[in-house]
Formats: sequence, C-alpha cells, structure tokens
Amino acid sequence: MFRNSYDSDNTTFSPQGKLFQVEYALEAVKQGSAAIGLRSKTHAVLLTLKRSTGELATYQKKLIRIDDHVGVAIAGLTSDARVLSNFMRQQAMRSRMTYGRAIPVGRIVQSIADRAQTNTQEYGKRPYGVGFLVIGQDETGPHLYEFSPSGTAFEYYAHSIGARSQSAKTYLETNFASFENATLAELINHGLSALHDTLQQDKHLSLANTSIAIIGPSDGEIEDLNHSSAAKRGNFRVWENDGVNNLLRAWRRSRGENEDGPQEEEDKPKPEAEAETAQSAEGSEQAPPGAPAAGEDVTMEE
Amino acid sequence: MWKQPAPANSSFNDYNTFPLPQTQRGQSSHAHGPVGHTQQPLVTGTSVLGLKFDKGVMIAADNLASYGSLARFRDIQRLHPLGKHTLLGVAGDMSDFQWLKKELDALLREEDALALSDSHPSLSPKNIYELLSNLFYARRSKMNPVWNAVLVGGWDKVKEESFLAYVDLLGTTYTAPTLATGFGAHLAQPLLREAFEAKAGINGDGPLLTQEEAEKVLDDSMKVLFYRDARSINKYQIATITAEGVSISDSKSSDTYWKFAEGLRGYGAQTQ
Amino acid sequence: MALYSQPPMSYTQEPTTAPVEHRFNPYSDNGGSILAIAGKDFSVIAGDTRQSEGYSIQTRYARKVWQLNDKAVLATNGFAADGTNFVKRVKQRLEWYEHAHHKPMGLKSIARMIQTMLYGKRFFPYYVYNILGGIEEDGTGAVYSFDPVGSYEREACRGAGAAQSLIQPFLDNQIYFKNQQPEAGSEKFVPGNLPLSTVLSLVVDSFTSATERHIEVGDGLEIYVVMQKGRSADDLLDEKKLAPGLKVEELGALGEGEGERTFLVRQSLKRD
Repeated sequence: MFRNSYDSDNTTFSPQGKLFQVEYALEAVKQGSAAIGLRSKTHAVLLTLKRSTGELATYQKKLIRIDDHVGVAIAGLTSDARVLSNFMRQQAMRSRMTYGRAIPVGRIVQSIADRAQTNTQEYGKRPYGVGFLVIGQDETGPHLYEFSPSGTAFEYYAHSIGARSQSAKTYLETNFASFENATLAELINHGLSALHDTLQQDKHLSLANTSIAIIGPSDGEIEDLNHSSAAKRGNFRVWENDGVNNLLRAWRRSRGENEDGPQEEEDKPKPEAEAETAQSAEGSEQAPPGAPAAGEDVTMEE
Repeated sequence: MWKQPAPANSSFNDYNTFPLPQTQRGQSSHAHGPVGHTQQPLVTGTSVLGLKFDKGVMIAADNLASYGSLARFRDIQRLHPLGKHTLLGVAGDMSDFQWLKKELDALLREEDALALSDSHPSLSPKNIYELLSNLFYARRSKMNPVWNAVLVGGWDKVKEESFLAYVDLLGTTYTAPTLATGFGAHLAQPLLREAFEAKAGINGDGPLLTQEEAEKVLDDSMKVLFYRDARSINKYQIATITAEGVSISDSKSSDTYWKFAEGLRGYGAQTQ
Repeated sequence: MALYSQPPMSYTQEPTTAPVEHRFNPYSDNGGSILAIAGKDFSVIAGDTRQSEGYSIQTRYARKVWQLNDKAVLATNGFAADGTNFVKRVKQRLEWYEHAHHKPMGLKSIARMIQTMLYGKRFFPYYVYNILGGIEEDGTGAVYSFDPVGSYEREACRGAGAAQSLIQPFLDNQIYFKNQQPEAGSEKFVPGNLPLSTVLSLVVDSFTSATERHIEVGDGLEIYVVMQKGRSADDLLDEKKLAPGLKVEELGALGEGEGERTFLVRQSLKRD
C-alpha cells in the first residue's frame, strides 16, 4: 500500500504544505455519488444520484432535512453525514427555541465548518469524510452552500460534488447565467441535465436513482401538493421514487425525449407496486450505478 | 410592590421601610464559595407602562431607584434600547437590570458582527423577547430568579407592525395592546385600556390612538401613579418606538395639585 | 413588683407565631379553564383565552390549546409559564421523533411520553393540568387527561382548571349520562357517541356558564376539532348548522396531508 510519511496524523504538514489526512478526506467526498445544487432568485434545489450497494440493497438516501428551511445533500461517508446533520438539527432547533427564529443559513453552515476545522488541527482526530451541499432560505432569500471536510463553507449560485461532478460543473458553468431568473421547473430541468452529465454512458436517470429537494414556493404543475404540506408552505421537501416521476417527465419533455424515458425502462409505475419491487427491477436492469469500481473499498459509503 | 422580607420577628417593617440583605450561607457550596442567589430585590424600580398607538408603541417609566422606602437614586433611566427597533422598560431589581443590559448589549454586538459577513437582519423585537422569556424562565427554574418585570416594546420591520409584551421573574409571559407592571397593573392599566378601547373598540379592530393621544394617556397615568404609588417619583421618561426607530424623551414632570390636602385633617398645618 | 414584672409586650415577648420564612415562590396560578370531549370519529379540545393573576386580567388573549400534529391537540392549564414551556418541550420531542421515524407520533404514544415528561419533574413539577385530544391509530376520537405529575387515563371527556368544579358535573351528566334514566324500553346510553353539533353546543354552554360564575374564565373561546381521516366536515362547515357567533377555520395539514383534519372554532366570551 502507498505510504507517505506525512499522512499518519493530521497535525503535521508535509514539506509541500499539505495536510494529507485532509486531502484524503476530500477524496472520500469524490468517492460518493454526485450531488448538485443550484438556485434562482426564489428557489434553491438539490439533485442527487442515489446508489445501491447491490441488487438486494435499497438505494442510499442522500438528502437530509434539517429544518423547515434547511436541507442538505451528502457525498462521502454516510455515517459522518449523520453525525454532522444531527448537529445541524440541534443548532437549528436551538435557534428556534431560544430566539423563535429560523437559524440564518450561512450561520448553520459555518457552525459545521468550524467543527470540521478543529478536526483538521487537533491531534488524534480525523477529518470528516463527507461533503455537503446545503440549501436553505432565510430573511435574505434562498441560499446554496458547499461544506467540505477541510473546514470551509462557500456560497454558490450552482455547484456539484461527488463522483464525476466535474461534468456537472461544466454544464452549470455554461448555463448558470440563466439560473437567477429561472422558474422552479426550469431550475430543476437544468439540475437534472447537469446530473445526467455525471452518468456513465448507457446509464440514465430513473425513479429509483434520482431524488430532488426543493426550497421555495411550490409549483402545482410538477409537485403533488396533496402529499406534501411542506411543499404547500414552501418548506424543504424531497421528491423521490414515484414522487419524482412528474419532475423527470417534465425534464424529458423539455429535451424533446420520450416522456417515459429510455425504451427498456419499465412502464408507468404501478400504484400498488412496493417501493422495493420497483427498485430491484430498476436495479437489475441497470445494476452498475451502485457498484463500486474494481478494487475500491466503499463499505462505509453511500 | 417589590416586597422586602420581614425580619425574623415580623412585627417590624410591615411597611417595607428598609430592605434587609440576607446572604444565606452554606446552602450550597462551590469551589469559589457559596453561590449567591438573589433572594430579594434591594434597589428597585416601580411600575412600567406600555401602550400601542397607530404608528408604533410607547413605554414609560419614572427615574427613581428606591432602596426600600428611601428614594435613593433619583436619576436612573429604566428604559433601555436594544438595537434599532427594540426597547426594554424594566421594573424590579436594578442590579439585575444592569446585568441584563450588559448581557443583551453583548449579544447584540455579536449579532452585528455576524451580520457584517452575511447581512442577515439583526434580532427582531420578538426574537429578543423570546430570548428574555427563556432566560427568565430558566433562572426561575433554578430557583435563582432575575428579579424584574420587563416590558419589551418594538417595531417589527418585516411584518410592519408594533410589538409589545411582558415577561417577569417567574417566566410568565403575555402580550396585549396595553400593559403595565406592578402597581401600574392596578392603577394605570384600567386607564390605558379605557383610552385604547374608546377608539379601537373592545376587539381592537378600530383605529388606534394617535401619537399625541397616546402620550397624553401615559402622562395622565404617570401622574396617577405619582399620586398613589409611594415608590414613585414625579420625573419620568417616555420612549417611542416606530418604523423610524427608538426615541427616548428627556425626563419630564406632571403638574400636580395638592391644595385639597391642606383641608385634610392630619395632613396640613393643623395639629388636632 | 407586680407592677413592673411585665415589660412592654412588643419588645421582649417571643413572637407567638413562628417566623415567616420568606422564600422565592416559583409558581403562580393563571386561571382559565380547558375541556375536551371525544366523539366516535372526532375529538374536541377547548380552552378560554383569558390569562389572569389574582384579580388582575393580564391579557384577554393567551392561548392554552396547542396543535401538536395532524392528529393531536394539547390543552394546558395552571401556571402559564410552565404550560408554554412544557408544550415547547413536547413539540421539540415530536420533531426529533419525526426526524428519526419520518412519521408523526401517534396519539397514545404522545400520551405516554407526556406522562414520562411530567413525572420526570416529579420533585419540581410543572404546575399544569394537561388534556390531550385527537384521533387514535384506529380512527376513534380520544381524550387523555393528566395530573401535574403524570398520572393519566383515557376518558370520554374531561374538564380542568379554575372552573373544573363547574364544568365537570355538567359533563358527567351530559356525556356520561349520570343521573339520567333511559325511557322504558329504549336503548341504553353509551357515552362517546354524540354528534359533533351536540358536542360543540355542550362546549359552548360549558364555557358561557363558567364565564358567568367564575371570574377567571372569559374573554374568548378556542375550540379545536380533530376529525378522523375521510370524515365529512359538512356538519362543521355548514354555517346554517352552526350556532351563531362561531367562526370556523381549517388549519392546513402539517404532515403529508389527506389524513386527519383539524379545525379551529372561535367564539367570544363575556369580558367582565
């Protein structure tokens, strides 16, 4: 195995000025499947590609609700994400309890960044192996932040993290000028197009592997308001499985594709079909999205 | 109103003429000696009044801090602004009030510092009130109360409406268009309600008092309090909080009339 | 000798009563009343909106009834600061439950949780009487009542607070049919099957009567109605079927929607 005399603890710089443990933590983020975030003047959305570790496994959730006005997409170690998102929930609730105020989005992101930073400086600790895209809305409007294990938090108009996220970044960079004034539907379509670009050839977005989170006023055309009071109130909501159907169809329509998706995809989801059946069916026809590249050890990853 | 404890043989001091500091030692121990809890207020302020009007809210309090029945400090300001659109009017223990000022000022400075990087609006009157309520309730639950009754007045910039609420040493909270602490709750509150309801109606959906009308009602109420509350002084301030911000008046006095007293037996020159 | 044997009483004689220990009292009583009645497929939870201390009305609008989730409503009565803070903690626990389980907590689980939370402060209790109402997992209307330290039971109805002694006997008679005899040959009375319109009338009558005879009850009435999933709300929304003076408003779903529905019915009560 590759040895590096400066990587065994995170408090020692290499002569090149690197903290190798931090760099490795950033690699862990890149191993996770892609997550994309973008925002307009009115909305912020997250789009993620879910993986399953095998045909018999469920798809790992990548979107976590923190509060009515904040949610995150994760890439990297799921268990680290659980610790950090739990901390964020505590911070969010603390603000509501003590001040009766929804915590400003930038401040809750900074709070986990500060936490992550101490992990890069104290002996005997390890950096978190997970990166977040955080969306939220507060009195200054909708926001999108990236949190990374190096302890940084930056705000973006659009951003992507995780495996093959560079392709998505390329899409976002060429199109981001139109995001500011985009409608929710347009914003999601851009997001799905960017997410699509992270897929390997012959893979496609499906009900099973795509999940979308939205913050901002709802759009009854693409969202099922009868099944989400969060959507009615403009709060953080997640659409996945059958719930993401309308969004995917609208996207395919916008690109002039067959609304039902690529040929071999199953027909319309049957209402009585269990989520698991749908998933394993999906999994069998396109097993690889979750399958790790040969030789990678991803037991802890989403 | 802020009752001082009676000494052990309570035939003395039925009129609260002097406060009796009683440090209770050995109740609980700590590395730095016994923990000091406020068992009683010492230097106290009396009533605070609050009233909503058409463009905001007014809060009034006199300038006296009493030491028992002694009118000890006669130029104390009991109205304290917090940020641009919030103001506290504080009755009760003045040292707890000073501590409270220090804590809240520090908190607001911290908020301002954070706002430099994210431009997020500072704490609203409601936010400050919520914090204060939690603080008072937490301290009462530790049997170490912050010995005050506080009116929080403010202007909510987002909702574009005035804010007025009460919190005290028990953590009791409430809001109403007219509020008063201590003796004011008995002597002034009826006058405030009467004036408020005369225009707004009992459901409060009619027109509110104008600034001039509101100030007149407060002036009248402060006069009544000066006449009947032995722990008050004829020198008070009125704070006005509107969309434009907080303004605190200079100290002023009521015109009082004592001629009637000369005819009273036992008051004037007569000896019999 | 005898002449001087008794020195002036007030200086030397031991006080005949033990010295009054002056200690901070962390409790207060803020009056008001609450009540809940369970129906077959609905539950009604009500409370007045007056908050008082002694003879003073602190505010004419302070809520005592709180919507917890789509199937549960909690009414609190007693020391208002304890009430609001207790509800705050309950809601906090419910939110963590939803984070963990992605569904709202069921009614009977909330009831058990409230018991443990109340008993957790057995030796510094929340001075609050709680009544929990809502829809059970099987779709039936339910009422749970608690004492301040957590004893609880499921009932068909319960009144609590300042006017409990006025309301409960009336409810015993009207809901449990106590002291009533079915006509010869007719069916036996079974509690908990009254139609919503009858229950609403009983609630309104309970509070208007309590307002007449109890000084701490009045100002406003808030009645929450929780309905079983899929039940028609026509009997509540049809103005003609409703007693005059009642205003109905549907509170939107908090969770997924298309489940239980909650309505808030308001009425004014006398203010004297």
